[in-house]
Amino acid sequence: MSLKAFHIVFVIFSTLLALGVGGWCVWVNLVEGAPVYLAGAIASFACALALVIYGVWFYRKMKRLRIIT
Amino acid sequence: MEIPYTISTRPDTGLWNAKIGIWLFLASEVMLFGGLFSAYVFLRLDAQPGEWPHGLLNVPIGTMNTAVLILSSVTVVLAWAALKMRRYNAYWWYMLATISCGIIFLFVKLYFEWPQKFSHYGVFIKPAAREKYEQYLGNHRRDEKGLEPRIEITGHLENHEALTDPNVKEYEIALDPVNADPDNPSNDRPHFIPLPATDKVAKIEKADVERMDSFGPWHSAYFASYFTITGLHGAHVLGGVLVFLYMWLPVSKKVYQRNPEHLANRVEVAGLFWHFVDLIWIFVFPLFYLL
Repeated sequence: MSLKAFHIVFVIFSTLLALGVGGWCVWVNLVEGAPVYLAGAIASFACALALVIYGVWFYRKMKRLRIIT
Repeated sequence: MEIPYTISTRPDTGLWNAKIGIWLFLASEVMLFGGLFSAYVFLRLDAQPGEWPHGLLNVPIGTMNTAVLILSSVTVVLAWAALKMRRYNAYWWYMLATISCGIIFLFVKLYFEWPQKFSHYGVFIKPAAREKYEQYLGNHRRDEKGLEPRIEITGHLENHEALTDPNVKEYEIALDPVNADPDNPSNDRPHFIPLPATDKVAKIEKADVERMDSFGPWHSAYFASYFTITGLHGAHVLGGVLVFLYMWLPVSKKVYQRNPEHLANRVEVAGLFWHFVDLIWIFVFPLFYLL
């Protein structure tokens, strides 16, 4: 596996982590009722979205530059 | 003698040699970390009720460090892509960013996270003496609610001489909120954003103490696992930073000038290692900090 392929796998895992952290924050917020966790959840989901956008951008760019064949 | 197949591919494998080498190495790393993660899972499953610490790590700092590592993976791949496009200046800056991220990660770990643990103490009370310290443990209410009993009083040690002087008969602990106000229902759950120690000081007689340790690897199976895995991971981060430093220094520019593809291949191999190290952290973070 090349670096670019491994990077895409890594971005997928990072996205899953961000979604997981977001879900965890929602859960803690429901249990504790602390708004700071809600802010954490919003930040985590925003990071997950940013990672998806970045992943798509990276794949397209590598393909356009013919670094991904 | 020139090392063969550093740039061109071997006819029998279809790959250049270093790429096969790094993947064999990473396979051995998977077994190493896999064994440690398995040990952690079994230790946790076998822990007695109330004996597995939870919520003792600083989640905001851990989250920040996770973001730093993810960012470093982005910059290292951009450094490699810059080399592929023969843009050495861009490569130099991306590599500097990667090195900086690695150093920030290690700095936070070594100067904030770990030292905080070594200055924090847990006093395990003998079962026969727990009633005496009910005001700090709050086990009556926990029993009624069917919660696991508290067996430990935690906080900052006020009289460090008590550790070495046998004539000092008691420990003075500036209590954590959980022991300062043990009947507060909000303390039934771990605090993932750490609260500072309170002004309330508990005096605990040494005769009532089963054992007393700082939050180091000797404290519990949890911290032993934590320091082993994060320490080994930190050593990998340090190794990666050193390799990247070598590739960033002017000596590597000579390799680039001789054959840019050779340096690109070196960066790709180091980048694969770096991604693996970052991927390990993606498992470490939720396992130790959140769950």
